[in-house]
Amino acid sequence: MTLLQIKNLRASVEGREILQGVDLTVNTGEVHAIMGPNGSGKSTLAQVLAGHPAYTVTAGSALYEGKDLFAMTPEERAREGVFLAFQYPVAIRGITNAYFLRSAVNAIRKHRGTEELGPVEFMDALEEKLKVIGWDDSYLSRPVNEGFSGGEKKRNEILQLAVLEPKLAILDETDSGLDIDALKTVARTVEKLRRPDNATVMVTHYYRILTHIQPDFVHVLAAGRIVKSGGKELAQELEEKGYDWIREPAAVA
Amino acid sequence: MTEQYVADFKAFAGNGAGGAPAWLRKIREGAIARFAELGFPTTKQEEWRFTSVAPIKETRFALAHAAGAQPPSVAAIEPLLVCPPGSPRMVFVDGRYAPELSSVGGLPRGVHAGSLAVALTSGRNGELARQHLTRHARWHESAFAALNTAFLADGAFVHVAAHTILEQPLELLFVATGGRQPTVSHPRSLIVVERDAQAAVVEGYAALTDDVYWTNGVTEAVVGEGARVEYYRVQREGRRAYHVATTQSRQERDSFFGLHAVTLGGALARHDVLTALDGAGAELILNGLYVLRDSQHADHHTVIEHARPHCASHEFFNGVLDQRAHGVFNGRIIVRPGAQRTDSKQTNNNLLLSTDARADSQPQLEIYADDVKCTHGSTVGPIDQTALYYLRSRGLSPEMAQSLLTYGFAAEILGRMGRADVRDRLDPLVRAALA
Repeated sequence: MTLLQIKNLRASVEGREILQGVDLTVNTGEVHAIMGPNGSGKSTLAQVLAGHPAYTVTAGSALYEGKDLFAMTPEERAREGVFLAFQYPVAIRGITNAYFLRSAVNAIRKHRGTEELGPVEFMDALEEKLKVIGWDDSYLSRPVNEGFSGGEKKRNEILQLAVLEPKLAILDETDSGLDIDALKTVARTVEKLRRPDNATVMVTHYYRILTHIQPDFVHVLAAGRIVKSGGKELAQELEEKGYDWIREPAAVA
Repeated sequence: MTEQYVADFKAFAGNGAGGAPAWLRKIREGAIARFAELGFPTTKQEEWRFTSVAPIKETRFALAHAAGAQPPSVAAIEPLLVCPPGSPRMVFVDGRYAPELSSVGGLPRGVHAGSLAVALTSGRNGELARQHLTRHARWHESAFAALNTAFLADGAFVHVAAHTILEQPLELLFVATGGRQPTVSHPRSLIVVERDAQAAVVEGYAALTDDVYWTNGVTEAVVGEGARVEYYRVQREGRRAYHVATTQSRQERDSFFGLHAVTLGGALARHDVLTALDGAGAELILNGLYVLRDSQHADHHTVIEHARPHCASHEFFNGVLDQRAHGVFNGRIIVRPGAQRTDSKQTNNNLLLSTDARADSQPQLEIYADDVKCTHGSTVGPIDQTALYYLRSRGLSPEMAQSLLTYGFAAEILGRMGRADVRDRLDPLVRAALA
């Protein structure tokens, strides 16, 4: 089933056009990797899908489960099952991870008409998720991302992913800056959460993560457009040859 | 206007002023003279740059007397208490001890909590009071502390003997009842916790009135060698009230003092927190939270004096300011010569929820030792839009996200409080102030 269908998407930030006509279709059960050099628009694509207010969609469309994604507020997208793992997660002073996670889960549950969880029920449900990512519960009583190392922040995004169980997970360079153990944890978690009714879009600069998560499709984004798509062997090819062989003809076209 | 206070003092002193001992009468004479010399501070003085006390200066306050007035009922007092029900408490009405509203019967052996007026005239406690009272708070340097000292008559006297553990928090509640004419009270508290003892004290200020009144308080806390004291100060004065206070602590060797000041009330408030780490290895946590709205003005001046080596102080003050409120924070850290290996950290964060709200934050470091670690930082700004978006991207509505981010400013301070039982009682008060 088609989960996300992006057509001719153009988007700009501060008057500068970053995305210049992106087409992408993601079906349930699939893992897509979007690769590309720095500045190609990878993170912009991720943020536009999540609804970052600084980005303006100037043309094109995105249908999520057949509905107009861009007509939804960021919180509506989240409640409908879209999740963005941030490249730079934000610290929230004074609010513990547990409190934050429960607020998010309950906002989503309320939207779906399911009963909100009390602190005790929630903690029970959380224990399971913590095991998946190999964390003890000490992180839960710490303020969200505050004083977290880069790796801990990324892992915290993955914890949120595991807890919120989105239909469409977009990982924005979640692999960057991780040591190999953390990378394996992230990969293992993503693999574990993979189901026939959800999908993952991984935005990445590096081939490394793709040796741990097998993508069904690899796309190359360059200068705001997807210039090449293929299977996982394309990632291998990019690793060997770099981006130049793709980027240059695209710039002409 | 100082003449009026001098005249009031003459009447007060002429009345015998509660049968105070001669040594105190002498100090009071000195204090009123000092007040007359200093006069009310003006905004031309650096320490008072952001806070005008003109409204206090220009109001004629009569000395509040509980005598003759109908005392409030226990039912009226109970909602103003912060500690869990059943905790020992002393209640003061307009600065005077109200035994009928208090409950100090079940205190453990070695703990004395009672009226300062009574303690001053009794043998052992009188001696202890003489040893400490007015010896720590520097009334020579502050007109308000001088005025409080001049009119020193009653307040709380708390003594925890060496090696004694006071498990339950002890609450001191100062209630104002107001009156047709503006009144002033000068509550005075002395807390002495001796070596290796442990105690928690919650000092609250609240009102049963919307009248204009003024509380001018001073508290001295002495933390003995190896003692551990958690001290909470909860200012919930009336909306038209003026509140000026000095809290002075002195810590001895290897002691711990956690001072948590929560300011929610009053039209105009000024709190000077002066702490002295006067023994090696002492540790201080100085926590503050102010949540202000309307045209509330609250000024916190804190001084942390590192007088001895190997001491640590961690200071965190957060302010949440809405509408036309004005918060002032001035944090001074003094590291005396020889106070090597000092570890001192100061942070003041201010959240402005409206364009008319204002915060002034001034850190001051004075370091006279060379082997120290001192850091400070302060922020003043509106809600972080990136954080707001981050929370929305997790399903929270903009209103929920804003409320969570705002509460976080308060929760950060609440989270550093040592006693969960007190924190859990303060949490709803703070939430109500933020709502």
